[in-house]
Parts: sequence; C-alpha cells; structure tokens
Amino acid sequence: MRASFVFSEVVTGLRRNITMTIAMIITTAISLLLLGGGLLVVRMIDNTKELYQDKVEVNIYLTNDVSASDKECRADPCRGLRSQLESDPAVERVEFENRDQAYERFKRIFEAQPELVKLARPEALPSSFNVRLKDPDRPEVIIQTYKGKAGVDSIGDQSQFLDRFFSALNGVRNATFFIAGVMAVAALLLISNTVQLSAFTRRTEVGIMRLVGATRWYTQLPFLLEAVVTGIVGALVAIAMLVGAKLAFLDDVLAQPIKSGVVKSVEAGDLAFVSPILLLIAIVISAFTGYITLRLYVRT
Amino acid sequence: MIRLEQVSKVYKTSTRPALENVSVQVDKGEFVFLIGPSGSGKSTFLRLLLREEVPSKGRVYVANFDLTRMARRRVPRLRQSIGCVFQDFRLLANKTVAENVAFALEVIGKPRHTIKKVVPEVLELVGLEGKAERMPHELSGGEQQRVAIARAFVNRPLMLLADEPTGNLDPDTSQDIMLLLERINRTGTTVLMATHDHSIVDSMRRRVVELDLGRVVRDDARGVYGVGR
Ligand SMILES: Nc1ncnc2c1ncn2[C@@H]1O[C@H](COP(=O)(O)OP(=O)(O)OP(=O)(O)O)[C@@H](O)[C@H]1O
Ligand SMILES: [Mg+2]
Repeated sequence: MRASFVFSEVVTGLRRNITMTIAMIITTAISLLLLGGGLLVVRMIDNTKELYQDKVEVNIYLTNDVSASDKECRADPCRGLRSQLESDPAVERVEFENRDQAYERFKRIFEAQPELVKLARPEALPSSFNVRLKDPDRPEVIIQTYKGKAGVDSIGDQSQFLDRFFSALNGVRNATFFIAGVMAVAALLLISNTVQLSAFTRRTEVGIMRLVGATRWYTQLPFLLEAVVTGIVGALVAIAMLVGAKLAFLDDVLAQPIKSGVVKSVEAGDLAFVSPILLLIAIVISAFTGYITLRLYVRT
Repeated sequence: MIRLEQVSKVYKTSTRPALENVSVQVDKGEFVFLIGPSGSGKSTFLRLLLREEVPSKGRVYVANFDLTRMARRRVPRLRQSIGCVFQDFRLLANKTVAENVAFALEVIGKPRHTIKKVVPEVLELVGLEGKAERMPHELSGGEQQRVAIARAFVNRPLMLLADEPTGNLDPDTSQDIMLLLERINRTGTTVLMATHDHSIVDSMRRRVVELDLGRVVRDDARGVYGVGR
C-alpha cells in the first residue's frame, strides 16, 4: 500500500466535493456537540449527586412559640422531640439550630445581598432540627413519624428539591441525546451520500483501477478515509466548540451556584473524558457508514 | 493461455444469449482477431476473460486461473496479468501522459523507483518519447491510443485484450496502432483483438475467430474478414 498515493487521492476527493465535505463536517460536528453536551450533563449529574450524597438532610421546623420561648431546647416538646430523634434507628445525627443560629447562617449565605439580610429578622426564622439520615434515599420514614407532632410546624425535605433538580437535568440530557440522535441520522445520510457522490465523480479512475487489477483496498480505501477524515474533523470541531462553550459562558453562568456549592462545574477533566469518546464515535460511525455504502452502492 | 469450454452467457435483462456454447482455445503468443457483426458477443467474450462477467454455463480458463471457481479477492491478480485497451482510450483527462501510465502501476502498489524506470521505457516503446508531459487533450487520437496501450503494457501482462482499438481512428493511424500491437505480440504477449475493420484483418493474415449471434461460426488459422461483407 502506497500511503502517498492514498493520501493524495483523499485530499483530491475532499477538495473536489468541497461543499459536501463542509456540510458533512458541520452536521457531524453539531451532532457530536449535542452528544458531548449530553455526556457532560451526565457527568455533571454524577458529580453533583456525589456532592449531595452525604449532605442530604431533613429539616424539622418548630412552631413559632417554641422557637421563641425555648432557645436551648430545654423543655418539652423540644426536648422530647430531640431525645426521640436521637434514639430513632433511621437517624444518623441530629443537630438543633435555634433561630439566632439560623439567622447567622442566613446572613452568611446571603452575604452578597445585604438588602435581603436587612429585610430579614431573627423572629421570622424558626428553630429546627437538622436530621441526617442513615439512608438518605428514604426521608419519608422521618416525615411520617414527626409530622403533626406537638411543636413541629413543618418538615422540609431537601431530597424532594434535589429530585426535581435532577429530573430537570435528566430532561436536558435526554433532549440533547434525542437531538444528537436525529442529527446523527442526518450526518449518516450525508456521509453515505458523499461517499456515493465521491465514487461517482471518480468512476473513471475507479474503472481503470479495477481494470489494471487494483485490490479493493486501493480502490475503496480513499473513499473510506475521506469519510473518516471528515468525521475526525467534525469531532475536532465539536470538541473545540465544547471547550469554547465552557470558557465563554458555562463558567460564568454557573459561577454563582458553583461557589455556593449547589452544583459541580464542568471541569477540564470532564472534557478530557468526553473528547476521546466523541472522536472514537466519529471514527467508528463514519468508517462503518462508508464501508456499508461502498458495499451496497459501489461495484468492485 | 485462454480456454473457453462450452461457454454460454445470458444477460439477466435479455432473452437471447450473448454467447452460446462457445469453445475456443488460444495459445501463448498467438495473435487472434475476434470478428462479427454488432451484437454478436465480441465484447462479452473479452469481459468473460477479465471476469467482468461470469459465464452462465461452461468454463473459462485464463493463464492457469479457473475463472468460474475463482474467489473474488483473487480477481485483481488475474487482471494484473491482462492488459486492456478500448475504442474510447479511457485516459484520465487531468493527468499527463506519464502520470496516466504510472497510475496503472501506482494503484497496484509498485514501488516508486520501479515506476520511474519503466514508464519512460514503455513510452519509448509506443513511440511517445518527448510527449510524456502532455495532457491527453493535447494529443491526437492515435497518440491517445498509444498512451492507452502503454498503460496496458507497462506491467508486462501475459496477454493484451483490445476491444475495437482502431474504431475511432483513420486508416493510416489504425495501421500504426496495428504495427505497435504486432510489436507487442512479438515480445511473446498474447493479443486478442475484437474488430470490425476488414482491411486490417485482411492485411494481417492472422488467426480469425468469427462470432455470429453468440456462436462461433468460423475459426481460421490465417483468415480474412470474409467475402461478401
Ligand atoms: N450488460 C449487458 N446487459 C444486457 N445485455 C447485454 C449487456 N451487454 C451486452 N448485452 C447484449 O449482449 C449481446 C452481445 O453484446 P456485445 O457487446 O458482446 O456485442 P459486440 O459483438 O461487442 O457488439 P459491438 O460490435 O457492437 O461492440 C447484445 O445483444 C447486447 O445487447
Ligand atoms: Mg463490443
């Protein structure tokens, strides 16, 4: 196999069908970009879940009069609740937070918005038990036991909020995967079409090659490589766009939630994880499509 | 060298067989004319030898290859031992004369230094020295056919198949091409040529195989085109 021959054939082929080549690169790139975006969302969900895994708490908020009168949790019903929680087998750890402590925490969280802090007064915040569960996935046990007990005002379940948050992320992920799939079909058809067109424009050459006894590798490898090369270029474009997106706006948009520890950011490591996958998928799909097309439409 | 045994060929899309019960043997170094009216099966005959087509019945042997049993991946090997020229030259318009000839070697993976050496040699053999850098459209029809012959012969095939190689040429130019084919034949290469050209066949006095409606109707060792045609 003469590499220089095949290489020059590939270059001529790509240049001859330059418009098709560009269309092919764009569709491949967009399809891979969406796929890559979807994969990054998956990574983000995983990372964020990890972040929350051991922090999920159930907050049992106490009524206003208990919050006001019993700041140290010395009397019933507060004391009774605390001892019941401490001996509850589903509970790992209980922390009592009175309204002054809650106010301090509130001030810390909203440091950046002093006007909000000014509006809030400690009297508006309830005391609470922050309960960490042995099994963070089953908060309903606690909710059922303590709901409506004397002194309990309401029970906040963070995992409910997280579930909604994650299902929103899952929706985003599914949507990108779906669009990526549709675009992939378009890319596939374009690749197939381009290979056929390429083979057609070079039918004289191919005819002569077959006549003088060139093997299938020689006659078909250039077409196959054309498809693979555009696939690779498309993947590189997609990767560049992902990196660009991260630098240009993703970091900014997520800056606040990342700082307050709500979500994990998309990191260089995530891109490094996704990029080779995109490249590999591009190569496999373009080579496969090219091969099948040659098999079906081009005589050997 | 070439042997057809009771070969019939029926194309899928036609009812009449293109070849019917044809048995012909051609030995190494022979020069054979394949003649007959249009549609008599001459091109089909040649395509069977190249394994562009497979026979519907019978056996085809070319240079120790049994074409009827041959695996597809071995076809290139067969074709590398056969040179081919056609009425329409089939040159690559965007390559020079030398590049056209070199192309035939490049695509079968011959090393560059071999190509560099043999291309000028074969161009000299066909009388095109000094025109190596011309483009095909800068050549006369006869010269273009010489390039095609050079390309067919550059890999020193065992046999040369020519399908009406003089069909597009005037009588004088045709004569030159025939001299060239004779010269190639004298190197020991078997030449099989399909033609309509009476005067060429008559002047050469070589073996003539005549086809009519797919059947061999004549096989003369030193024939003429035939009377009354
Ligand atoms: N690919 C094909 N499919 C169907 N029928 C074909 C095909 N090629 C040739 N034929 C038929 O087979 C018969 C022989 O054709 P062939 O081309 O071998 O004749 P020929 O002797 O070369 O004619 P000519 O002198 O005009 O070139 C004709 O009837 C033709 O119509
Ligand atoms: Mg013919």
